[in-house]
Amino acid sequence: MSPMARTAPVPAATDPAIIRNFCIIAHIDHGKSTLADRMLQSTGVVQARDMKAQYLDRMDIERERGITIKSQAVRMPWEVDGVSYALNMIDTPGHVDFTYEVSRSLAACEGAVLLVDAAQGIEAQTLANLYLAMENDLTIIPVLNKIDLPAAQPEKYAAELANLIGGDPEDVLLVSGKTGVGVEALLDKIVTDLPAPVGDANAPARAMIFDSVYDTYRGVVTYVRVVDGMLHPRERIQMMSTKASHELLEIGVSSPEPTPSKGLGVGEVGYLITGVKDVRQSKVGDTVTNLAKPASESLSGYADPKPMVFSGLYPLDGTDYPVLRDALDKLKLNDAALVYEPETSAALGFGFRVGFLGLLHLEIVRERLEREFNLDLISTAPNVVYEVTLEDKSVLTVTNPSEFPAGKIREVREPMVSATILAPNEFVGAIMELCQGRRGQMKGMDYLSEDRVELRYWIPLAEIVFDFFDILKSKTRGYASLDWKADGEQVADLVKVDILLQGEQVDAFSAITHKDKAYAYGVMMTGKLRELIPRQQFEVPIQAAIGSRIIARESIRAIRKDVLAKCYGGDISRKRKLLEKQKEGKKRMKMVGRVEVPQEAFIAALTTDESKDKAKK
Amino acid sequence: MPSVLPLGDPAPPDGLLPAQAAQGAGNRAFGLYVHIPFCAVRCGYCDFNTYTATELGGGASQDAYAGTAASEVAFAARVLAGSGVPARQLSTVFFGGGTPTLLPADDLALILRAAVDEWGIEDGAEVTTEANPDSVTPESLAVLKAAGFTRVSFGMQSAVPHVLKVLDRTHTPSRVPQVVQWAREAGLAVSLDLIYGTPGESLDDWRYSLETALSYQPDHISAYALIVEDGTKLAAQMRRGEVPGIDDDDHADKYELADQLISAAGLGWYEVSNWARTPEQACRHNLAYWRGDDWWGIGPGAHSHVGGVRWWNVKHPTAYAGRLAQGASPAAGRETLDGETRTVERIMLEARLQAGLEVATLSAVGRHQVAGLIADGLVDPAAAFRGRLVLTLKGRLLADAVVRRILPD
Repeated sequence: MSPMARTAPVPAATDPAIIRNFCIIAHIDHGKSTLADRMLQSTGVVQARDMKAQYLDRMDIERERGITIKSQAVRMPWEVDGVSYALNMIDTPGHVDFTYEVSRSLAACEGAVLLVDAAQGIEAQTLANLYLAMENDLTIIPVLNKIDLPAAQPEKYAAELANLIGGDPEDVLLVSGKTGVGVEALLDKIVTDLPAPVGDANAPARAMIFDSVYDTYRGVVTYVRVVDGMLHPRERIQMMSTKASHELLEIGVSSPEPTPSKGLGVGEVGYLITGVKDVRQSKVGDTVTNLAKPASESLSGYADPKPMVFSGLYPLDGTDYPVLRDALDKLKLNDAALVYEPETSAALGFGFRVGFLGLLHLEIVRERLEREFNLDLISTAPNVVYEVTLEDKSVLTVTNPSEFPAGKIREVREPMVSATILAPNEFVGAIMELCQGRRGQMKGMDYLSEDRVELRYWIPLAEIVFDFFDILKSKTRGYASLDWKADGEQVADLVKVDILLQGEQVDAFSAITHKDKAYAYGVMMTGKLRELIPRQQFEVPIQAAIGSRIIARESIRAIRKDVLAKCYGGDISRKRKLLEKQKEGKKRMKMVGRVEVPQEAFIAALTTDESKDKAKK
Repeated sequence: MPSVLPLGDPAPPDGLLPAQAAQGAGNRAFGLYVHIPFCAVRCGYCDFNTYTATELGGGASQDAYAGTAASEVAFAARVLAGSGVPARQLSTVFFGGGTPTLLPADDLALILRAAVDEWGIEDGAEVTTEANPDSVTPESLAVLKAAGFTRVSFGMQSAVPHVLKVLDRTHTPSRVPQVVQWAREAGLAVSLDLIYGTPGESLDDWRYSLETALSYQPDHISAYALIVEDGTKLAAQMRRGEVPGIDDDDHADKYELADQLISAAGLGWYEVSNWARTPEQACRHNLAYWRGDDWWGIGPGAHSHVGGVRWWNVKHPTAYAGRLAQGASPAAGRETLDGETRTVERIMLEARLQAGLEVATLSAVGRHQVAGLIADGLVDPAAAFRGRLVLTLKGRLLADAVVRRILPD
């Protein structure tokens, strides 16, 4: 077993041959943070007495203190056979919504630790990230974690991993982040098995941005991996995609606290501070070069983040609109993928149409808005982006059902995804039924082990953005895991279903659906609204329509009695107070034409039953 | 009166009223309400402030009650005078409960006499008592008439035995025509109280009750939808699913039937739940409530109103008797209404009346609603053209909704 390094290699003066850059690919809850903490401790960069549980995972605490330098990449010394190495552990976002960010993090590494819970086996999202790692030619070190658990089945899952990536089950390392067993052996293996970075030290500087984070005090902190040349403090750097140039105020490494250095050389990983305030000026995937001696070609793989899912966000209290606007402006500083523009809904008032990378991204943004900015929000049902070709061959991009043209449509194209679902084989029937019902085309099915199956589908994104995952979970008693990535588009028979209350269209409830599902949507939504909208002083028809064709109809019967029978001397004060309360309640109603619709009805109608259940728990 | 008292400000021990109580008193009628907090049994639907004989003793007992009530009359006279409210003769007196006729007629007479001695009474004043058909005799009715009572309101509720059973009413339906006849012979005007919408009551049951009541040719009918108040036995039974819940559509059907049959019998509506054979036979005491007149409420839990000051007495008869014995005000709380609140109350109450309310007194926002209310069939167009807002039959059933529409924002 190796000792802790006696001397650590110095940044800006480290031979690439003794650098190892790696990331940990793991499913949430499979123990990545605990293992990372244990590595920090074993390598001595964090003393045992300073050790806080999950050192790297402290964004919340830091945010509360107002300092948000995440340790996106930690440099750790480790000695093998008398040589001190510099190990850079690069954090990767764990979720499929952030596939592009993951791919950039992976591109900064030569190897990846594939960390799998020895009691649960691999999950679909891990599989997706593993696929990206292999696509980037990363060397994979398979590791089973939590071997201390009584429920651990190391043999079974070692065989599963070996089966997946090739190799011998014997080569799978067994560790416990909790007890520390096997962690030093893992550090040794990172040194011996992973290749050293390769680059041209004399070429013009080129460094790839794999993350950028906004910090209240320091502005944007940019994390880079140097590929060629060297970056120095105080020099002017240039972002190759935008040609914007900045002065490099500070450069350094995280160990794990930010530590300024004299620069960063080939293969090194560290942070840059230029004083810019907006992460959009420091885009993930972009190449940083020296303004005075610029590289001629940027590194490959840069892409602008592209929102996949759109949803309208509206403040429950209309007067909160400026708060929501400011909050989005602030979040944007730290989230390059967030796009939004003002939108007005007749039913919901002023809000924003916001684009997200995926559903999780939507949930995270919504939660941050509510928690950090104390907002109560209504979000409309998420929808995807449609390309509508009109009869005159002009093409419209539709991100909001209300923009869907009426008539004169030649064809509509919808985005498709490749979805991978992992589950115990007993649920295969249920999953196939669900996917077929969602217009999925099966692309393949494989057994990962005796009882675990991988199903692959090509399926419209629109079919999985709303409640697919919740239903998948409930049909498989929580065992299934899902991963998806964008994969082309298809022409489909899509229509817009409008919901009309007493003849008035309620834009918030319009939806673009497949023609075969329009009727079901119409029946569902009109039925739901009939339950949710209180009876009015007149009958209220609720209709679902495609264009001018009504496909479903319900009606709310007029209320016939709303009067207190007895109102004598002793009833007057009580009655008046009730009246004042009702009057107050009336102010919280949204008017659709003459129909009073309570806020709660909008929220409930736009919420799936599954997510309501979640909220109750 | 419902048993839950409103939240208000504390009332001073001397009971004296703020200055606004006296303002304009000369233009307002003055009435007296006397609460008799006793019943032979407590009905399942009732949340009124009432007690059975075995529940109370000491100064709050039935025997001592007339004397206690009379002492509040004396207290009231002192407070009104001390607050600068000019002395006025009584226009109306109303004994309610509980079951006033559970007290000996002489006791009711004693309380009335105490009030008349204190304030005097107008010629032709209306003096009513509520009565249970079980608790009157020709003799007791004669005593009441001799003491100055002019009117008796019988709690008939229904003519259908299974409905009366759900309501826990003990009287036998056949007794009603008899007591009506006795009251007439004694020279008293007769009103009948009916309740509709009791769980298990069919539309035909209700029709039978209405036809039966009308066959006795009362001068006045009150018909109330059953209100299930929290804390009553009926509410508990409903919660446990032992009796079906309230259906507002069923109530609406029954109200429309009531209005149809009662009108056909020659009585006209003058308030949402009240019909009278002639305008003179409308209950003037209740009209005073809806017109914002002054009245003093005697008894535990009783509410009073004088010139925009509302207050209410402590609920429990023992606490009530104790306060009065010490010469202190029995009031538990009060509220002094500002002009805006008085306007809200006036609109809320006058909208219930056949006389309606003057459109010109509404805010601009409220006046703006009138055309829409006519379009929705809630307000009588002909009356509106004359400047009065009067509810149609449909509007009466939606009176609270109409009021919410015309109130200032």
